[in-house]
Amino acid sequence: MANIISDETIEYVGILAKLELSDEEKEAAKKDMGRMLDYIDKLNELDTAGVEPMSHVFPVSNVFREDQVENGDDREEMLANAPKVKDGMYMVPKTVE
Amino acid sequence: MSKQYETVIGLEVHVELATKTKIFCSCSTAFGGAPNTHTCPVCTGMPGSLPVLNKKVVEYAMAVGLATNCTITRHSKFDRKNYFYPDNPQNYQISQLYAPICRDGYVEIETETGSKKIGIHEIHMEEDAGKLIHDEWEDCSLVDYNRSGVPLIEIVSEPDMRSAEEVIAYLDKLRLIIQYLGASDCKLQEGSMRADVNLSVREVGAKEFGTRTEMKNLNSFKAIGRAIEGERQRQIELLKEGRQVIQETRRWDDNKESSHAMRSKEDAQDYRYFPEPDLVPIDISEEWLEEIKACQPELRTEKLKRYKEEFEIPEYDAQILTGSKQMADMFEAATAICKKPKKVSNWLMVETMRLLKEAGQEPEDMRFSPEHLAKLIELADAGTINSSVAKEVFEHIFHEDVDPEKYVEEKGLKTVNDEGALRETIERIVAANPQSVADYKGGKEKALGFLVGQTMKEMKGKANPGKVNEILKELLK
Amino acid sequence: MEFREMTAAEIGQKIKAGEMTAVDAVKAALAEIKKQDEVLNSFVTVDEEGALKRAEEVQKSIDSGELTGPLAGVPIAIKDNMCTKGLKTTCSSKILYNFEPTYSAEAVLNLEKAGMVVIGKTNMDEFAMGSTTETSAFGVTRNPWNTEHVPGGSSGGSCAAVASGETPCALGSDTGGSIRQPSSFCGITGIKPTYGTVSRYGLIAYGSSLDQIGPVAKDVTDCALLLEAIASYDKKDSTSVKRESYDFTSALKDDVKGLRIGIPRDYFGEGLNPEVAAAVKTAAKVLEEKGAVVEEFDLSLVDYAIPAYYVIASAEASSNLARFDGVKYGYRTEEYEGLHNMYKKTRSEGFGPEVKRRIMLGSFVLSSGYYDAYYLKALRTKALIRQAFDRAFEKYDVILGPAAPTTAPKLGESLSDPLQMYLGDVYTISANLAGLPGICLPCGMDTKGLPIGLQLLGDCFKEEHIIRAAYAYECSRGRAAFEGKRD
Repeated sequence: MANIISDETIEYVGILAKLELSDEEKEAAKKDMGRMLDYIDKLNELDTAGVEPMSHVFPVSNVFREDQVENGDDREEMLANAPKVKDGMYMVPKTVE
Repeated sequence: MSKQYETVIGLEVHVELATKTKIFCSCSTAFGGAPNTHTCPVCTGMPGSLPVLNKKVVEYAMAVGLATNCTITRHSKFDRKNYFYPDNPQNYQISQLYAPICRDGYVEIETETGSKKIGIHEIHMEEDAGKLIHDEWEDCSLVDYNRSGVPLIEIVSEPDMRSAEEVIAYLDKLRLIIQYLGASDCKLQEGSMRADVNLSVREVGAKEFGTRTEMKNLNSFKAIGRAIEGERQRQIELLKEGRQVIQETRRWDDNKESSHAMRSKEDAQDYRYFPEPDLVPIDISEEWLEEIKACQPELRTEKLKRYKEEFEIPEYDAQILTGSKQMADMFEAATAICKKPKKVSNWLMVETMRLLKEAGQEPEDMRFSPEHLAKLIELADAGTINSSVAKEVFEHIFHEDVDPEKYVEEKGLKTVNDEGALRETIERIVAANPQSVADYKGGKEKALGFLVGQTMKEMKGKANPGKVNEILKELLK
Repeated sequence: MEFREMTAAEIGQKIKAGEMTAVDAVKAALAEIKKQDEVLNSFVTVDEEGALKRAEEVQKSIDSGELTGPLAGVPIAIKDNMCTKGLKTTCSSKILYNFEPTYSAEAVLNLEKAGMVVIGKTNMDEFAMGSTTETSAFGVTRNPWNTEHVPGGSSGGSCAAVASGETPCALGSDTGGSIRQPSSFCGITGIKPTYGTVSRYGLIAYGSSLDQIGPVAKDVTDCALLLEAIASYDKKDSTSVKRESYDFTSALKDDVKGLRIGIPRDYFGEGLNPEVAAAVKTAAKVLEEKGAVVEEFDLSLVDYAIPAYYVIASAEASSNLARFDGVKYGYRTEEYEGLHNMYKKTRSEGFGPEVKRRIMLGSFVLSSGYYDAYYLKALRTKALIRQAFDRAFEKYDVILGPAAPTTAPKLGESLSDPLQMYLGDVYTISANLAGLPGICLPCGMDTKGLPIGLQLLGDCFKEEHIIRAAYAYECSRGRAAFEGKRD
């Protein structure tokens, strides 16, 4: 395997992705990711110099809304989905120390 | 000999734009709604929802870019900035990294040492986050997404500032430009303008910049001044002790007058920006750019010049009148009606400023209409009311925006010019105050003042003081 | 003819003719579901009560002459990654196990406008990540032709439900082949339209730049009718395209004279099952005999589509799925210490292994220092792939090939080797990268008795070409057998 994924990398990506992996999952993730990256490295065979990266398939631009208030209030329906709610707000663990 | 240090400061200024709706959905941006009532699937990050760009946001950003001498990016794009935080419902913020709407501008600031150009690296558009309320009772935080998706521009300066004074002059300049454009009310206290300070120090004469820190949570000019001084000292101390400044984000606590690092293990500060696939690029044509240019209002420097030339307003007064857009708008609107620029200026400079100060308000808080001020000036000029009544009426205009004509009529405040009625009252006053009459006749000029005062009191202040004087003198001959 | 054998158009006609009511149709569908779904598990949610109520309303509108369309009163199932107001929408994930959207996807609203009746939500690979419908948090879906085999994925629930006759038609979504590959495995017809043709508003995103909603049904006519119903320009989706035409049924002509069909030689190399290759070549012969101009050519870049796709789709997914964090909806872990622990535990418990694998990969390829090497490289490759198709469509109206290298594998064979599973998407993935429309329809059976799918790709906005070719082929092929081997 050309791409060796270190424990630190898996730890770091776990922080970015907010995923907590068990030791077994970490080992599997190291192997899977290494293998996928080896495969993805196939792209390096292609000479893409001077090729503009294509994020949208069509050259559409300037899709706008006019600045007019249209939305009503469906707070209650939306809040009904939240795991924890208080005073019309979404309740989360404390964000300040 | 101790080393001399120079402070190098760059600013990231966030400004909330004055649009009616949010940047990517048609929810209201109005303040004061009950929590989460100005929300929809888009600004609460509901699965399946998609953003659509508010055109007005682009136009405001272009206007600010033009007014700050920026180059407008003709092909601009949005990117996603990925980080987890509960005020950010999608756990990414739609912002611009790779092709921001404006680049390479500057503003000129005036300080005691003269004028200086502060470079603007870029201006980009992005969405604001929701509000977190900390609930002590339940030891948790509560999220309100009413502000989530309110449009922001972030103005990123070059590291061109060297002191708190320059920073404040720069912020003031930006604030005025943006207010004049009508793009935002720019209130630091209320958070519609926010500044993050990037600061480093280096030995005087050094070519390289030192390691910088970013200071957040600065919500007044005073806090900014204190934070700059505090951070400058902290960094110099570190360097003197032979230690290193760490590149980090710090949070300023204005009560403690100190800052602390915000970094934690969970904050990797790796935002994994990539082009926003749900939004298409913005192409700005020559025509569109010209349209925005044509709509640019007169900015402060031009107004200042015009007030001096066209209305013969002195420099100092013109500075104050143009010191806020609301004041300048009031001045121009009232002047347009009564055609008496100097009188309007006088009312604004003296009485208005006094009442604002008394109420602890800013010119942005003025609520009266220029028509009423103009009418008041007409009434005073025509002698319909005297100057002390005028001041009293103005207080009511200032607070309740009363129509001066109606108010004077209803309260019976018109100056009494009727000679017969005046003479009758004065005769009564003279008869009732023989001692004062004797004093006056005995050469005590002051006694006349007392009699005038008594008359005015009797007439409830509405008498024409000149006339009262005249009749009194005649009767006491 | 039994209900489960009828096409949507036939049911629509019967309702119109007064031979059947919308309520009858819903009841018949519900009866099939009751009979078959315990084994197949095509559905995550069946909305019995809602569907019957809605069918009654629709029937009234049909009776009063308000609803006159060809699909009025016809039942339909929706893949469970499209929001349906007040009806549970899970993406087959524990993390959305109880989510009830406050709004319906634009495509669903369009179906309702056409008078269709949503009977339920179909199973899928979790967040559409998978090719077998085995990554669902709510159990695997089985292939009606042989229940030891997978139905394909990720729209496996929709395709199995159609193949078994639990519903005459369904909506699926296609990010890398998720409509075409399960259509192939289940012996039904499915269209992935040109990117931007059907609004993505309300489709829970996997890879936003690749996702597209499309119909699955028993034949080409149904697919064309359904596409006509769901396609629309939508102001709420900035990537929605204002097309010149939304007419897809005029192309239902048994006439391919002069139609230029190209067969990429590169599609017939190593890894393609010979039975599949033979069936596809035979189908090409049929079209040639009907007057199409068929020739082989070199498409090029075929091997680069999968790696480019996995970089782009995983990167977008890592960001799109960040919102599932236990704050606003869905699952939240029971016990946690502080915010970040809540996030991590919620997501680790809420997502399955395949989703986690792709989020990890996507987060990595976007992370500091790797963006250019992986993400931009993939976007450049995408541009080259698009150029290769542009060149091909200068010469051909339709590109013909297999939809998948094999027929449906057995349950449990695929997940142990993810990379091998990804390679199965080789024929479908490039259409998503290039935004092209594609159709898959049955073109034979292998010796195990499993269906083989034919894929036709068209140039962007040229659905008419692939619909015409597919329809002409279907006319010669005859009505596909909808009934599986199962009794």
